Amino acid sequence: MGSIISVKDMCLWYGDYQALKDLNIEIPEKSITALIGPSGCGKSTFLKTLNRMNDLIPGVKITGNIYYEGTDIFSNDVDVSHLRKEIGMVFQHPNPFPMSIYNNVAYGPRTHGITRKVQLDEIVEQALRDAAIWDEVKDRLKKNALGISGGQQQRLCIARALAIQPKVLLMDEPTSALDPISTSRIEDLIMELKKKYTIVIVTHNMQQAVRVSDYTAFFLLGELVEFGKTDDIFSQPKDKRTEDYITGRFG
Amino acid sequence: MLNQPLSKKRKRYELLLKALMLLATGLTAALVLFLLLYTILKGIPNITWELLSTSPSYLEERIGILPDILNTIYIVIATLIIVLPLGVGAAIYLTEYAANKKIVSIIEYAAEILSGIPSIIYGLVGMLLFSNSMGTCLMAGALTLVIMNLPTIMRTTQESLKTVPQSYREGAFGLGAGKWRVVRTVVLPGCLDGVITGCILSIGRILGESAALLFTAGFAHAVNGIIEGLAAPGATLSVALYVYAKEQGEFGVAFAIAAILMVLTVAINFATTFVQKFFAARRS
Amino acid sequence: MRRICSRPSIFCFGDFIMAKKKKTSTEQVIHSTEPQGINLDHSKKKQILENIVHGIFLLLGLIAVGCVLLITVYLFISGVPAIHKIGIVDFLFGREWASTAADPKYGILPFILTSIYGTAGAVILGVPIGFMTSVYLSKIASPRVKSVMQSAVSLLAGIPSVVYGLVGMLVLVPGIRKVFNVPDGAGLLAAIIVLAIMILPSIIKMSVTALDAVPKEYEDASLALGATPIETYFRVSVPAAKSGIAAAVVLGVGRAIGEAMAVMMVAGNVPNMPDSLFQSVRFLTTAVASEMAYSSGLQRQALFSVALVLFMFIMLINATLNFFLKRDGNK
Repeated sequence: MGSIISVKDMCLWYGDYQALKDLNIEIPEKSITALIGPSGCGKSTFLKTLNRMNDLIPGVKITGNIYYEGTDIFSNDVDVSHLRKEIGMVFQHPNPFPMSIYNNVAYGPRTHGITRKVQLDEIVEQALRDAAIWDEVKDRLKKNALGISGGQQQRLCIARALAIQPKVLLMDEPTSALDPISTSRIEDLIMELKKKYTIVIVTHNMQQAVRVSDYTAFFLLGELVEFGKTDDIFSQPKDKRTEDYITGRFG
Repeated sequence: MLNQPLSKKRKRYELLLKALMLLATGLTAALVLFLLLYTILKGIPNITWELLSTSPSYLEERIGILPDILNTIYIVIATLIIVLPLGVGAAIYLTEYAANKKIVSIIEYAAEILSGIPSIIYGLVGMLLFSNSMGTCLMAGALTLVIMNLPTIMRTTQESLKTVPQSYREGAFGLGAGKWRVVRTVVLPGCLDGVITGCILSIGRILGESAALLFTAGFAHAVNGIIEGLAAPGATLSVALYVYAKEQGEFGVAFAIAAILMVLTVAINFATTFVQKFFAARRS
Repeated sequence: MRRICSRPSIFCFGDFIMAKKKKTSTEQVIHSTEPQGINLDHSKKKQILENIVHGIFLLLGLIAVGCVLLITVYLFISGVPAIHKIGIVDFLFGREWASTAADPKYGILPFILTSIYGTAGAVILGVPIGFMTSVYLSKIASPRVKSVMQSAVSLLAGIPSVVYGLVGMLVLVPGIRKVFNVPDGAGLLAAIIVLAIMILPSIIKMSVTALDAVPKEYEDASLALGATPIETYFRVSVPAAKSGIAAAVVLGVGRAIGEAMAVMMVAGNVPNMPDSLFQSVRFLTTAVASEMAYSSGLQRQALFSVALVLFMFIMLINATLNFFLKRDGNK
C-alpha cells in the first residue's frame, strides 16, 4: 500500500525547546495509524503539524519536510485552507459549534463554496450517515448541536469533518472525554471509515491502539522510537523502550 | 491541488472584512485622538491665570472660573463623603451579611436599574426630592449625585471584597471573633482597592455631569467657602461649560474648561489603570 | 460562596429577635468554660452590638432599592396628573407641542419620534463601527494595540457630554451646513452623529468582552475545516458571542435615548416633527431640559410626564438588556 503522507527529517521547536526531533515516517493510505507514547512525548504536536494547526501558535519553528501526495505542505504556494480540506481533524473534546446540527455539518462545505440547498442537503445527509449518527438526529437537524449527548457530539464532529470530503482524518484522542459505550461506537465507526479514508489517531489507550489500528508509531521525548505494523509492535517490539512502555512499565 | 489559490469569492470576503475592521478601528482611534487634541489645543491658549483665579464680573467684563473650580471640588467632596459609607456598607451587606439570595438579587437588580437611569431623570427627581425642600444648592446637587454614584461604589467594592480569600474570614472566626470584628479587621481593609477605584470612577462621573446638576445645583458663579458654598447655588465646571457655550456664546472660556476636563479625564483613566495594576501586583 | 455565617436570614423584626436568641444560646455553649457571670453579660452585649451592626448594614443594602422605588414613585406621582388632564392619546400622539402659547398644546409625538429616530440613527451608524472595531481588537490586534485601544475607548467613555456637545457645536454643525448646503447644521443628523460616537465605548467594551469569552475550541474546529481566520471570526466567533453583542447594542440604545446635554447643544432644539435629517428637533430628554428652568403649572407637570415616558423607555430597555444577559449566562 502506498503512503499518502511522508515526513522527512522534521524537527519542531517551541521557542528554544525542541518538541520533535528528526522525524521520518510514511503514513500508509486507507489504513489506521495510531500514535502512542507518554504525555508530552510530542504525538499531539506531530498530529497538529500534519494539517498545520501549529501555525497558529506563536514561536513555533519547523524544519524538514512533510509531503502530502507528493506536495510539500510547507511550500509557499500551498494554501492552508486547501490543505485542511484534504486533511480533516477531530479534537479531543467534542466541539460542535453553538448552532444547529445541520449548520454544523454544512459549515465546511459552505466555507468551500457550496451554497446550493439541494447539494448541501445531500452532503449533510451523507456525512451524517457515514458518521453513523443520521438515524439519531435526522428528525432534529434544526436543533442546537449542544443539546445532544457527548458521544453524539463527537460523532457529529466527525460528520462535520467528513462533509468536506477529506482524504485524511486526524483524530486527537477522540474518545478520551467519552464513556465506554460511546467510545466503542466511535471505535467501530473509525474502523468502518478506513475503507474510504486514511486515519491518524493519537491515543493514550493501548487497548484502543491494538483494537483499531493497522500501524502504530511510538513516540518518546519528541523522537519516533518505533513504527511498524500494530501486531508486530505489540507482539515483538524491536526497541527496549517500546517494550517497557507497552507492557506498562512507565507512562 | 494544494497549491491553487483561495477562490476569488473568498479572497474578496477576506479583503473586504479586513478593510472594514481596519477602517472602523482606525476611525475609533482617530476620533479619540481628534477629540483630545482639538479640545486641548483650542483650550490651552484660553487658559490664563486670570481665568483660573477670578470670578466673573460684568462690570469689569471679565470671566473667571475660580468659583466653578471651587464648586466642583466642594461637590466632589460632599458626594464622596456621603456615598462612600452608603455604597461600601451596601457592598458589605451583600457579600458578608446577606444570607438570602433573593434579597441579594433584588438589591443588585436595583443597583443595575440605577446605573441605567439617564442623568436628566436624576436631575428631575433630585429637584423634587432635594431642591424643593432645601433650595437649589450644591448640597442638593451632591445628594443627587450620591444616588447616581451609589451603584458604582457598590460594584467596585463588591468586586474587591470577592477577592478577599475566604480563609482569612474563617481564620478570624476560628479565633472566636464576632462578625462585626471580622468585618472591621479583615474585610474592610481588603476592599481598599475597590473603594479607591470606585472613588476615582465617581470623581470622573461627577466632573462630567451636567444634566443632573442644572436643576439641582443651579448655575451661579460666586466664590464661597465650602460650608456656605454647599448651601448656595453654584455651577460646576461642566455646567459652566454648558452655560458659557450654549447661553452666552463664550467659546474661548468653554474650550478652556473643556481642555481642563479632558486633561482630568485622561488623568482619571490613568489613575484607574494604575490603581488596578498596583493592587493586582500586591495581591499576587 | 457568599455566605459566611450560618445564621438564618434576617428579614423582619420578628425574625431578628429570634435569630438573636438562637445565637445567644450557642455562644453560651461555646464559652461555657469561662466564668459564667461575666461572660453572659459580655456575650449578651456583644450580641446586641452584632445585631445592631447587622441591621445597619441591611439598611445600607436596601438604600439602592429605596432609591429605585423613590424615583419610580416620584416620577409617577408627578407625571400622571398632566397626562390625565391632557388625555393620554392627545399627549402621546399629539403632533404639536406649544407649551407657552395662549392656547397651549401638549403633544409629545415629535419628541418620541425624534428620540426613536435619533437613537435608531445612532445605532445604524455606531453599531457597525463599534462591532467591526470589537472583532478587530478581540481577535486580530496585537496585545499592545489592544491595550492601547482599550484605554482609548475608556477615555471616549469618560469624556463629559458637554465636551461632545461643544465640539459638535463648533465642528459638526458648521460642517453639516457646508457639506449639505443647508441653512442650519444643527438638527437631527448632528445629534445622530454625536450620539453614535457617544455609544461607541459601551458597544466596543461589551462586545470585546463577549468575543474574548468565545471558547478557542470553536475557532480551532473552524480552522481545521479549512476556514481562514477571518471567516472563522465572523462565521463562528461572532454567532457564538451574539447574545453579548446584542446586549452591547441594547446598552448603547439606553445610552443614546438618555443623553441630554450633548444633544441639546447640537439638535437645534425646536419641537418639530423629525421630517428630515436636517430638521431642528427636540428629544424627550432635551424637552425636559430646555423648559424646566422657567416652567410652571400644567407646562411643568407635562414636562414631568415627558420624563415619565422617557423612564418607561429606559425600563423597557433594561428588561431587554437583562433578557440578553441572562440568556448568555444560562448557556
